[in-house]
Amino acid sequence: MSTTTTSGPGSTSGPGTEPESGSGSGRGAAARRGPGRAREARRAGKQGLWGWVFVSPMVLVLGLFLALPVGMALWVSLLNWDGQSNPFSGAADFVGLDNYRHLFADGGLTRTLFMTSLRNNLYYVLLVVPLQTVLALGLALAVNRRRLRGKGVFRTAFYFPSVTSSIAVSTVFLFLFQSSGAVNGLLKWVGLQGPSWFTDARGLVWVVLGWFGLVDPGSPPAALAGHGVLGLSWWEWLSGPSVAMCTIIFLVVWTTSGTFMLMFLAALQDIPEAQLESARIDGAGRWQTLRHVILPALRPVLFLVLTLGLIGTWQVFDQVYVMSQGQPANTTLTPAFLSYSLSFKDAQYGTGAAISFVLLAIILLMTGVQRLALRERDGRRRLRRGRSAR
Amino acid sequence: MTSPAAKNPVHAGPAARSVRRERYARLRLAGTLVMALVALVYLMPFVLQVVTTFKTDAQAAASPLALWPNPFSLATYRQLFGGGGEGVPFPTWLGNSVLVAVVVTAGRVFFDSLAGYALARLRFRGRGLLTVLLLSVMSVPGVVLMIPKFLVVQYLGIYDTYTAMIVPLLVDAVGIFIMKQFFESVPREIEEAARVDGAGVLRTYWSVVLPMAKPALITLTILSFQGSWNEFTHFVVTTQSSEHATLTTGLAQFVSGGLGAGTQYPLKLTAALLATIPVAVVFFVFQRHFVRGGNAGALKE
Repeated sequence: MSTTTTSGPGSTSGPGTEPESGSGSGRGAAARRGPGRAREARRAGKQGLWGWVFVSPMVLVLGLFLALPVGMALWVSLLNWDGQSNPFSGAADFVGLDNYRHLFADGGLTRTLFMTSLRNNLYYVLLVVPLQTVLALGLALAVNRRRLRGKGVFRTAFYFPSVTSSIAVSTVFLFLFQSSGAVNGLLKWVGLQGPSWFTDARGLVWVVLGWFGLVDPGSPPAALAGHGVLGLSWWEWLSGPSVAMCTIIFLVVWTTSGTFMLMFLAALQDIPEAQLESARIDGAGRWQTLRHVILPALRPVLFLVLTLGLIGTWQVFDQVYVMSQGQPANTTLTPAFLSYSLSFKDAQYGTGAAISFVLLAIILLMTGVQRLALRERDGRRRLRRGRSAR
Repeated sequence: MTSPAAKNPVHAGPAARSVRRERYARLRLAGTLVMALVALVYLMPFVLQVVTTFKTDAQAAASPLALWPNPFSLATYRQLFGGGGEGVPFPTWLGNSVLVAVVVTAGRVFFDSLAGYALARLRFRGRGLLTVLLLSVMSVPGVVLMIPKFLVVQYLGIYDTYTAMIVPLLVDAVGIFIMKQFFESVPREIEEAARVDGAGVLRTYWSVVLPMAKPALITLTILSFQGSWNEFTHFVVTTQSSEHATLTTGLAQFVSGGLGAGTQYPLKLTAALLATIPVAVVFFVFQRHFVRGGNAGALKE
């Protein structure tokens, strides 16, 4: 603050020497005497001009590379386009909503692939979101303890994975999870035979049930394998994430938990010390304090972390690209990667664009939930502030 | 818990107190040890990565868990920088990543703060609408934009050029939002004073407002550098030729099987490590700055 107040007078001594202030040498006096409204208007006009000058790069870049492309892609999602001709000429093969119909209604390879990708991503979301949230909360509570020495070091250690390149850490995990790699080496130490992670397409649900002898993952019962809906059999729908997908889940939980830990930490430090102290005086134990004081105070952040997780997990792409390219047996295929590979490898840009918009709809739905939650939180905070002001 | 005296500190004798203290110290040590173990699990992938870069292919395959490279080899580093990497033009990747990150960071810091200031402080027609548009643009996820970006880049005839790689990244909605939030938190009086003294909009912005925004600008610089250095999807859909490959796209293609032969894990991990180091350095150097900037913002309220 002190530096800014001293820089103020410093700049006031300037105008005398500035060429542009020559016309307005008596500006201070004129403002007092002259018609204020005209001056106001002139200044507003000037500000309006400068305002547009200041935002023009933003308007240009975001308009050209965000708004326009969305419009173009919406058009292309209604075409059967192979990426060769000009999609905006009259020669374009307009097919209406066919691309969307191929995804949901018509039986065929496209729908099977799309439904497989939805299934994979759904199981991925169901595992990643709870795991990363619980882990982040646990880490934040642990790092926040007063007893802990070297908090900064721990915070850095947990946060560091999330600032690194997703491509680089995917490379590392590819190395760690090789069939004769470090992870399986560790498992061997404790007497376990690790799977060959990246080629194992078995669903986790069937593998676990197989341990108890309930099903044989190798030979599905006809009741489940023979019937199905939307192009996939029940056996495929209910399989859970494949073993290969689990490596991506481990990787993502490991990288994102640090980010969310920081959010929880900030909220934990916002809990008034007096509140914790009074709980202690009332004789609340550690567990009771956590349940009745800390967790209720964390609820807004918890909700934020959950919804951010829901939004982020539908966008998984980089890890799939590096670690599996959708393999084995399409069990790590996600809508984002399918959209990419259909467009760039199979030249089905129309279908690829249509998947983009379905994905956008899913994510916007999640964002809507988040906005609602945030509004609720802001409202409550304003209420609290108003009360304390009174 | 064992003696009733220990439960009630008011009546605790000196002996009970020392028992308590001892137990407290032991608990504290145990807690720290458990945390150290967890932190080790978090850092282990990086440790193994660094160690493996000094191993030979054979040792990396035979004993991936060994923490001591034997023989100690610098072959991968020589291969990456000496031009001997078959199909792995690492210097090109590095050069492209540096170029893109530097230009994009400079552009974002400059353009984002301009737009953020205008949206926070200048009165002009359409400001409200632009703010709403900015917020809605922020909620459009990058992955959804892959195909659309490719379409527009191809339509403009700049596919597979540096223009396509850099220009779309020069402005980012989140950065504008951060700067807007910051400028709104700065007291208006200082700008008013400068304006009354006859400084125009541009001069007020450049010599009064921007110097005050240093903490926010540092945050924006770090975020922009990290973001553009780690950027992947944008380059995947806007480039194709190997001469435009960056560390992320080059490495991704190398690792996913497009280049080279065999597993070559030491080489892959070395490339990944070298791609991680710049961001790691920035992170460790500026981490304290981050915290301090946040605290300064909180104190100002």
